Amino acid sequence: MIQFVQALISGLTLGSIYALIALGYTMVYGIAKMLNFAHGDIIMIGAYSVIVTAATVGMPPVFAVLISILVCAVLGVTIEFLAYRPLRQSPPLTVLITAIGVSYLLQNVALLIFGSEQMSTPMMFDIPDLTIGGITVDGITLLTLGVTAVIMIALTLFINKTKVGKAMRAVSEDKEAAELMGISVNKTITITFAIGSALAAVASIFFGATYVYIKPTTGSMPGIKAFTAAVFGGIGSIPGAMLGGILLGVIEKLSMTYISTLWSDAIVFGVLVLVLVVKPSGLLGKAQREKV
Amino acid sequence: MAMKENVKKSFNAKAFFTTDVITLLAVVVLYIVIAVLVYTGSASRQISNMLISISCYIVLAVSLNLVVGLLGELSLGHAGFMSVGLFTGCTIAVLLTDKLPMAVSLPLCMIIGGLAAALVGLIVGLPALRLKGDYLAIVTLACGEIIKNIITNLDIDGTPLNGALGLDSSSIRHSATDLLPFAVVLVLLTMIVMMNFKKSKHGRAIMAVRDNRIAAEATGINVTYYKLLVFVVAAFFAGAAGVLYGHTLPNIKPATFDYNMSIEILVIVVLGGMGNIGGSIIAAIILRALPEALRDFSDYRMLVYSILLIGIMLLNENKAFKAWKSQFSLVGWVKKLLKKKQTAETDAPAEDIPAVDASADGKEETK
Repeated sequence: MIQFVQALISGLTLGSIYALIALGYTMVYGIAKMLNFAHGDIIMIGAYSVIVTAATVGMPPVFAVLISILVCAVLGVTIEFLAYRPLRQSPPLTVLITAIGVSYLLQNVALLIFGSEQMSTPMMFDIPDLTIGGITVDGITLLTLGVTAVIMIALTLFINKTKVGKAMRAVSEDKEAAELMGISVNKTITITFAIGSALAAVASIFFGATYVYIKPTTGSMPGIKAFTAAVFGGIGSIPGAMLGGILLGVIEKLSMTYISTLWSDAIVFGVLVLVLVVKPSGLLGKAQREKV
Repeated sequence: MAMKENVKKSFNAKAFFTTDVITLLAVVVLYIVIAVLVYTGSASRQISNMLISISCYIVLAVSLNLVVGLLGELSLGHAGFMSVGLFTGCTIAVLLTDKLPMAVSLPLCMIIGGLAAALVGLIVGLPALRLKGDYLAIVTLACGEIIKNIITNLDIDGTPLNGALGLDSSSIRHSATDLLPFAVVLVLLTMIVMMNFKKSKHGRAIMAVRDNRIAAEATGINVTYYKLLVFVVAAFFAGAAGVLYGHTLPNIKPATFDYNMSIEILVIVVLGGMGNIGGSIIAAIILRALPEALRDFSDYRMLVYSILLIGIMLLNENKAFKAWKSQFSLVGWVKKLLKKKQTAETDAPAEDIPAVDASADGKEETK
């Protein structure tokens, strides 16, 4: 029982990280209708930014976190402006390959600056562990779960209650109609990239705190898993990304604990394939009806 | 009228030199040049070895083009099919090392590897019946990762399979000079099959499914059958290419064949132009040779590569660049040459040659 709860909690932590990254994928997909393959590498940049500011320069953690979020948001917006905006009218595959190019670029820039050796993230948060009935929960786990919950609630409120959120929903529904209503599509897309990348930065901080070691290719596997999570929950759907991310993390950790570490990837992806075959538009995705 | 008589009397150059034939001939000429360079020893070993890897990538890209270009579905698991073929075919090849000469065992293993990959292609193709677009893409990616995970865990005594350590293929490793004839045959065979497949009843049916699934279904096309067919055929060639690839390396790790490799193949297809076989070949050569050519930049080479990749994608969308590029089309050039010759011979008006052909089917043209 204790083992199960431990696995469940670590699954929730990993799932929260996936969910935060998946939110970036799903928001960008919902609004710009593109798969931003470079999103995973923004996590890596965020993690390096924390290492530089907190460990090398020695800034207090709060500043390090804020700078990391700022760096990622600016980076996301810049990438969108330089690489994706000229391709707004292009076929989706062209945009996809460009995104892959950007992903290679970010990895190689990081490789040149930081080298291929892994670097360790400094300990920034000193939160005491919590023990209830024989189950010990790490401080960082508590922080991850708490912050993720707050961010998710805030994001849901932002999308549903604010004017900008309304504009984002309108653009994702119908770009032309939104433009006719006086919404600036470009501005909305920029805001979406900024928010998505900022969420990736938050994910990177928890990722660094949980897994410590960072290298230039660190972002790609969580990126792919989060992308999977976004599709799992129904791409374009914000609650879907949250649910998909958390479920994926929990499945991964439970299969690691109870079946085999070696087979966990196969199990995670196997569950995904099965779910999609049964429910082709993901868990919470809108089923698109084909018209003749 | 003068033109028609000419057609009856003699060999009709215009009808013979279709885009496909020109592409095939260009590849044959290229391989002859390469063969001369390799067998006379003018090409360094490094370049010779790269030739085999480029040939494998050509086969991979041309076969993936069937799924992406012809069927119009995004597949991110092509490396998975390749690794199924590679690990099946090369395992058998290692077991057969002393029993059969290489000239027999390599083609045999390529067929076995291809069939194994085709079977997996059939299984992966099944979810494709219910899914499309990004959902299908993620399922193919997932299947590729599952295949990788399964092969990583295969550690069977008595076979050269050693789990994550990979396959010990040192006994079947051959030099580029030995492998080149097989590579040439495989590439040409793949091209001929794909070109004829595209023009056949099946190819037309598949394109109909791509353009409008419901309309295709309404005209009596069996969508299930054709979708599976595409995955099976594409997987077969990927598997066969994998077996050839396995013969160039002393040791093969299953982790090599992850989604990054699938993406690499997809980049070749998109860069070459969807559904364009000639384009896939050119892109495969450029993208595989580029990192080698950039060797002088050492640390910066992947950086330059990624910048070039982004640059090419952005440029490709530029109208002025498209026009500039089309003048380098080999197919367009040969056709223009034929047109000139024919006009001179028969005084036939130039309108006889469909003007669209020369530009739209241009070798470097992206659709």
